[in-house]
Amino acid sequence: MKNDFHRLADDLTARVSGDEVLLLNFAGETTDFIRFNQSRVRQPGHVQQRYLAIQLVDGQGQRQATTQVTLTGDLDEDTRRTVKVVDDLRQRLPQLPKDPHIFYATEPTSSQQEAASHLPATSQVVDEVLAAGAGRDLVGLLAQGGMYRGFANSFGQRNWSTTHSFNLDWSFYLREDKAVKCGYAGVEWDGDDFRSRVDTAVEQLALLDRDPKTIPAGRYRVYLAPVALADYVGMLNRGGFGLKAHRTRQSSLLRMATDGVCLHDAVTLMDNTRDGVAPNFQADGFLKPDSVTLIDAGAHADCLVTPRSAREYGVDTNGASAGEGAASLDLAAGDLDAADVLTRLDTGVLINNVHYLNYSDRPACRITGMTRFACFWVEAGQIVAPINVMRFDETLYRVLGDNLMGLTREREMILDSGTYGGRGSVSSCFPGALVEDFNFNL
Amino acid sequence: MIETVEKHFRDLSPAVDFCSLRLVSRQDEVIEVRQDILQPVTFDDDVGAMITVVDAGGLGYAATSDLTASGLRHALERATRWARQTAATAVVDHGKVGHPAPVGDYSCAVERPWSATPLVERIDLARTECGRLRTDDRIVDWSASLWWIAEQQLYLTADGGRTMQRFEYLIPGLSVTANEGSETINRRFGGFDLGRQGGLEILDDVHFFDQAPAIADEVLQLLVAPNCPTGTMDLLLDPDQMYLQIHESIGHPLELDRILGDERNYAGTSFVTLDMIGSYRYGSDLLNITFDPTVADEFATYRWDDDGVVADKQYIIRDGILERGLGGITSQMRAHLPGVSNSRACSWNRPPIDRMANLNLEPGAASREDMIGAVEHGIYMKRNLSWSIDDSRNKFQFGCEYGRMIRDGELAEVVKKPNYKGISGTFWRSLKGVGNADLFEVLGTPFCGKGEPNQVIRVGHATPPALFGDVAVFGGE
Repeated sequence: MKNDFHRLADDLTARVSGDEVLLLNFAGETTDFIRFNQSRVRQPGHVQQRYLAIQLVDGQGQRQATTQVTLTGDLDEDTRRTVKVVDDLRQRLPQLPKDPHIFYATEPTSSQQEAASHLPATSQVVDEVLAAGAGRDLVGLLAQGGMYRGFANSFGQRNWSTTHSFNLDWSFYLREDKAVKCGYAGVEWDGDDFRSRVDTAVEQLALLDRDPKTIPAGRYRVYLAPVALADYVGMLNRGGFGLKAHRTRQSSLLRMATDGVCLHDAVTLMDNTRDGVAPNFQADGFLKPDSVTLIDAGAHADCLVTPRSAREYGVDTNGASAGEGAASLDLAAGDLDAADVLTRLDTGVLINNVHYLNYSDRPACRITGMTRFACFWVEAGQIVAPINVMRFDETLYRVLGDNLMGLTREREMILDSGTYGGRGSVSSCFPGALVEDFNFNL
Repeated sequence: MIETVEKHFRDLSPAVDFCSLRLVSRQDEVIEVRQDILQPVTFDDDVGAMITVVDAGGLGYAATSDLTASGLRHALERATRWARQTAATAVVDHGKVGHPAPVGDYSCAVERPWSATPLVERIDLARTECGRLRTDDRIVDWSASLWWIAEQQLYLTADGGRTMQRFEYLIPGLSVTANEGSETINRRFGGFDLGRQGGLEILDDVHFFDQAPAIADEVLQLLVAPNCPTGTMDLLLDPDQMYLQIHESIGHPLELDRILGDERNYAGTSFVTLDMIGSYRYGSDLLNITFDPTVADEFATYRWDDDGVVADKQYIIRDGILERGLGGITSQMRAHLPGVSNSRACSWNRPPIDRMANLNLEPGAASREDMIGAVEHGIYMKRNLSWSIDDSRNKFQFGCEYGRMIRDGELAEVVKKPNYKGISGTFWRSLKGVGNADLFEVLGTPFCGKGEPNQVIRVGHATPPALFGDVAVFGGE
């Protein structure tokens, strides 16, 4: 795909007139999606898609017209079609008012990240998954294949990223809503690693067979496992980190930025592009720095700034993508040994997964959601019983502030299994957190 | 293009038990004016096809944006391979699902086509409304948007089926944000709850041009309002919250694929089990819920679902009793129960699954005054702000943008950050008032997420306001 994209880009950028600027963003994938239920195959299939976003800026840099089209993969046909699309955009430009916030990279900084595929045949992975599900109730999705991202502009910049990966996101169900959630993602399938994860899940499944405990609403000491903590803190990607959200006073971290409210000094949060899996370039051609520190030792640090926000508010961009969210969220490790978590928890709730989070009071950064999958009641440092699902409603200022007892030394790399529109490249790296007085309200 | 793709498909002559092609061509245009500045206008043009094969009892699909003869042939080969490879391990014998071969055309009604209005005038519509939103210095952000979608869908089966459906949608939106100190309040109109089928006539139908001053006034009221109190009280919900309540606590738990377990790894399961269908008391006698893909301007109106099944109106809950679930032909066969024509895919690159389409609360007999007058101690809430519910669709917590106390049958002071929580079954059985047909509003959201791989799709919900008793209500921090 890279060669086709570059040839198409060369052709289109050669056709710009005068001082016009052309920006091209390519996103493609070839993916096998195999859906499972009850340890059988529910829906198997394959998706091949190629999208090209085209942005044409007029010679004065004051107006821009944008579009996204589907490409067929036939270079001649795609060239014919996109040449016409660029002409159509050119016709649109005079109809648009001036846009004072247009901002794009003008100094070419080309880059290339290409990895060869080490993926086995999907049918082989399917066989291993079905074998793991034999005698059990396995449900989930395998997504496997290549993902391709490209950028090009009329200044000669070319960026490309190819990855070949799998993401098996599954659960073992015992009965009703009692289940263990599992994930295995990467670029090389290792059958031993997979079976080890299966064995660990099966051990947890045995714990779920105990009579469940319904705990009354109230405040409890809890341990939020890395995946649960990443989901909870990940809510900040919905309007917490962006400069636009801050300047329009809508950020859920507004009280940190304006009132000087601080979190626990163990909390250092970054958008860590260097160690993530997302491309290091964005739609306007800017490269992302290796990392942007968002919260530094409990204090608010930088915002994520798109080129458009940079122009609007008169600051520098740090290469943020649209939406100003972190694609590689990274919470620094603490000093709590994971082996000591249950002992330190003593009596409380072990939360492995959370579900359906939302702000219940955004200015207070209060977030509600549910426990889900394997969550347990712990007494005297021992797992006693699975809990029936509980609703929590708790502000981040307490969870990562006064009520934070500690973060684990060990962290987990979590590759997002999201596939809305296409396979995502979001990841996060999180420790677990021991939290006092966590509020369950239903 | 349509003729070419159809010819390519007919030429394939697949030697399988069943084969279909679903071609989706979709154009989107989004116009947003924020703080009186036009944001980049996006115009997307997406086209592709999915070929589905059933053979030897297995099912496979392959989706491609390569619509050439060779592209479709490769897709057919992949789909066939997956069908045959997984036939022995499939969760259901797909060969026993009776796939119809429908024939016909459908076009939604459009009075004032979007494309017949020049771009400059479309921009002006949004710009004018945006300009009416900032009525006070405390308003720190404001915007107006118009999102237009046109979609054509061709469905072909190898045994002669051919349907063509054409839709246009419009989703208007307004948003205003006010701030004082570290308190920030939003008020919105539309944007994600007001999608309908049709053209620019929708703007008049939903009174779009009356909304800017109203929400600007309300956001300033809310900025200085007291926090919503905590307590158990009656709750009157306007349609722009009712749609969400129906969606989350009736629609999703009744999807047969959830009940059958397909969604347990992602969206979740359901507190409803198959044996409850036909007898379970879901709500009070006032609760009448219909699946109705025939309402002319509602968001998910269509003639055939994506398995080619004719769409018709069905009662889901009648007089409070659950009558049937929401499942297409595959789920119906798996569950051995009747369902509805709701097998739908969000686009060409995702396979059909059970979705809600239009799910409506049928009007009752109460006027707004009747319902307010019946409340001794309660609260009126409107416009959804926050939503969360458990994976069995039982324990929910929802928040609204605007609240107003009701005392002794009269509306009283405005309160900010109103939230409420409950259990789905308990909540619907506390339904004690349903607005009449004059109060019935057609709403819909373009953002219903579900499925593996993930799909976000349009669903419609038409509903009057409704009154509930003894609900746990609370406010912000």
